[in-house]
Amino acid sequence: MKASSFDYVAPKTVADASTSLATANATTAAIAGGQSLLPMLNLRVAQPDIVVDLGGLEELKEMSVASDTVRIGALTTHASIEDGLFADVFGGFIQKVASKISYRAIRHFGTIGGSVALADPAADWPGCLMALGAIVRVSGQNGVRSEPIRDFVQGQYQTSLKPDEIIVGFDIPRPAASLNWGVHKVVRKSGAFANSIAFAVSQGRGGPASVVLAAAASRPYVLLKVIEQIATGQISDGALRAAIAEDVAPLVPKGDDYLMRLHTSTVLRAVREMQSK
Amino acid sequence: MKSLTLELNDVKISHHVEPRETLADFLRERCRLTATHLGCEHGACGSCTVVVDGKAARSCLRLAIMCGESKVQTLEGMEDDTVMGLLRQHFHHGHALQCGFCTSGMLLMARDILLRISEPDAETVRQQLSGHICRCTGYANIVSAIVAAGKEMADAKT
Repeated sequence: MKASSFDYVAPKTVADASTSLATANATTAAIAGGQSLLPMLNLRVAQPDIVVDLGGLEELKEMSVASDTVRIGALTTHASIEDGLFADVFGGFIQKVASKISYRAIRHFGTIGGSVALADPAADWPGCLMALGAIVRVSGQNGVRSEPIRDFVQGQYQTSLKPDEIIVGFDIPRPAASLNWGVHKVVRKSGAFANSIAFAVSQGRGGPASVVLAAAASRPYVLLKVIEQIATGQISDGALRAAIAEDVAPLVPKGDDYLMRLHTSTVLRAVREMQSK
Repeated sequence: MKSLTLELNDVKISHHVEPRETLADFLRERCRLTATHLGCEHGACGSCTVVVDGKAARSCLRLAIMCGESKVQTLEGMEDDTVMGLLRQHFHHGHALQCGFCTSGMLLMARDILLRISEPDAETVRQQLSGHICRCTGYANIVSAIVAAGKEMADAKT
């Protein structure tokens, strides 16, 4: 199908973009790489009055590595992360995650900010950034605010973004020790959204761990019981499986043994991969 | 309507477009460049693949209006491209097409793969090509043709 008619603006400043997005009596949509919005426009699932192109906003391309924080601009494409951007800082973790998103032609244009702003429950970045404890930097008519991604992503396609707000980028705490990580994703076919995806990271071998499961519920969840279990050092398969079951059971429909086994297996594999490094 | 200026197959052109027009529709309907095929129009099939600023792109997932100042290349603009010449030859010899609908997308993605990965093996090509659908299911020949072209590229370098 073809998209319905809309107006298009390409602001040069974040302030102008904010103003356009907050246009009164109009539905507006922000576009970055467009790799999720275009299908929705073409299928007329989305029928905005105005599409606001964020591609020209230099602030959203800002990138830096400081001693304690890595800053990634919202317009950073999956492909540039796949090709090694900040790969050394995160021990190849975000590079691996990026390389498994959709297809290369999509990764050339799809952005990390767009992925988080859409907040698809099965998307790769929200869960990955949660595992890394990322802070989302948001700009709007009331200035700039920062919010942990754990709070920013609220549910299926739901974030705390107000209509006038734009994700500027992400601040990720720089790992103090080398990052040990594991990620396991189950998809029906390569490039599809995940049926289950788990992320596990720890700062150095045996350091404090963070484990996140996505595609299981309306948003990614930090698996607190699993993290506690890892911290005790009792990490037999049985002990981990019991902890995973406690965390995952509330997220899946009661009695769905397949989903329990699926998510248990992705989490377990991610944790084992992390521990093997 | 908005005015759009871009470089298409090495020629600077200007057109008026509707904001809702995808790059694919712009190429086919306004520029009459019909090597770019439209299959699914939501990024799943790969037949509309073109090159935008040197990178393989789904032209159904780009608004034409977003391509102002971009360099766009379609299969029509690849006549003198060395890698494409090689691919064309191997697709021909290896019978890497049946109905031809997916072929232009396959060729442009194959070129993108060979420019990024030196001498890819069949498994790598399959992985990299997984965003492209051939409903004649001619994948075996398509994959072999790309592997063969990659080998010839590597041999030519040594």
